[in-house]
Amino acid sequence: MPTLKDRGFLHPLASEITPQAAYLRRRELLQGLGLAGAAALLPAAGPALAQRAGPPLPPLPGARSTVPGAIATDKPTDFEDASTYNNFYEFGLDKDDPAKHAHTLKTRPWTVAIEGAVKKPGLMDIEALLKLAPMEERIYRLRCVEGWSMVIPWVGFSLAELIRRVEPTGNAKFLEFVTLADRAQMPGLRSSVLDWPYVEGLRMDEAMHPLTLLAFGMYGQVLPNQNGAPLRLVVPWKYGFKSGKSLVKIRFVEQQPKSSWEKAAPQEYGFYSNVNPQVDHPRWSQATERRIGEDGLFAKKRPTLLFNGYEPQVGQLYAGMDLRRLF
Amino acid sequence: MSAQGRASPARPAWGAGPAGVASAARPRAGASRWLLHPAAKPLVFLLALGPFAWLLYGAIADALGPNPAEALIRGSGDWTLRLLCLTLAVTPLRQATGWHALARFRRLLGLFTFFYACLHFLAFAWLDMGLDPAAIVADIVKRPFILVGSAALLLMLPLAATSFNAAIRRLGAARWQALHRAVYAVALLAVLHFFWMRAGKNDFAEVGVYAAIVGALLGWRLLWHWRARRGAAPGR
Repeated sequence: MPTLKDRGFLHPLASEITPQAAYLRRRELLQGLGLAGAAALLPAAGPALAQRAGPPLPPLPGARSTVPGAIATDKPTDFEDASTYNNFYEFGLDKDDPAKHAHTLKTRPWTVAIEGAVKKPGLMDIEALLKLAPMEERIYRLRCVEGWSMVIPWVGFSLAELIRRVEPTGNAKFLEFVTLADRAQMPGLRSSVLDWPYVEGLRMDEAMHPLTLLAFGMYGQVLPNQNGAPLRLVVPWKYGFKSGKSLVKIRFVEQQPKSSWEKAAPQEYGFYSNVNPQVDHPRWSQATERRIGEDGLFAKKRPTLLFNGYEPQVGQLYAGMDLRRLF
Repeated sequence: MSAQGRASPARPAWGAGPAGVASAARPRAGASRWLLHPAAKPLVFLLALGPFAWLLYGAIADALGPNPAEALIRGSGDWTLRLLCLTLAVTPLRQATGWHALARFRRLLGLFTFFYACLHFLAFAWLDMGLDPAAIVADIVKRPFILVGSAALLLMLPLAATSFNAAIRRLGAARWQALHRAVYAVALLAVLHFFWMRAGKNDFAEVGVYAAIVGALLGWRLLWHWRARRGAAPGR
């Protein structure tokens, strides 16, 4: 029987886990043979979790990524922790609010508006986006600005694939990512914590970096709503809030965009927000972090790495930049 | 609160003495009989211990969610504030209702506030700072909200240390009471600590609730003091 903590996600790759549909079929088969008792003995953790907020999530497999740095060797975080401990303020401010409230998010139909300095602007349908490039599985470390971290097997492809297809013009220096802001679906919008919609931005070379991921799934399944379904950004060397969720618009612009957090607290959140143990948040140290579900209650926190450990891959993007000033 | 203040009969500040010597509460009807019941104090003691038992159980049974350290630090902080509000509510409630037996619980609640504040500090020092004295000191200096919280805890030390009857007798009621007025500063620092902690996310809803409660409880005292002075002035 699975224990509370062992959710069966100790495998290096979620794709090595028996696909959910396969074991659901297996269960039906056993039940059909009158072996209901045997069926009950099968691990039920996966589908039980997926059913928390509605029907089980459809599988979304991805081939193991060959992008350098894309497969972290850290132990992946339990799916339950990764899908119940979230910051997604559109669904409430507490960590368990998104898992509780995000079932109201409708992920179909869904379109993403491509605007600004591109030769091919327009609305892109989610079904077309899913087929834009082959799905890859990537295991990324995720470092939250609040001092905790996770390791998540995402499914998606490099944002660069999309950028190339819409053909940015010479004026496209930055990208702006806009999250859905619909009061009917997102109860958290009633709070004035941030200036909605949630806006984030990247410099063009950051957006084009192969590690910058447009994710549609995690743990071999489509994204749970609370994790930013149906598509989100994942920029593994920046603090988590830089990776916009449930994207509805990507604008190619000439001026550096102003992110929602920059607007809310410019002295605390800069445009770059690269993970950096040497540059403290004004109110707390960023030198260490607590790995969710792994570091014991009384364990010393682990040291945070420059660019979240992706320095070999992304360090050159910031050569010569004063990272203290441009935090 | 001010409406309530006006509604209550104007009378000189009753039994300004400390809770420990306030045995003058005459048995009244109903509420006071319950408040003076021998089981009342043990019951309040157990109730105040409840959150601690819950946090301890959660830590042992791994029932505090994905980030148990954060849950313990925040949980103990929340309960410090709640106990502080309850402690500060004793006197206004007593004055408003005339249930003077409420005063018996003030010291108990005050000491529990101190208990949860110590737990809160211990959780921060241990779970966040790994009990590294240099890291703790550096953090107190670096983060204003930690500095403010630490100041509140330090201010509570002399109050907890002089909470027993012998200390009250030795200091004398007047001096003892003057010293224990520091709890008002503790309350303001505690709310500031919470406000500053939440400021990074502009998340002030919960802070607002505590600020309103503390504001009302301290405001009541100002009003009471002012009315008592005005009432006494013409005669002398």
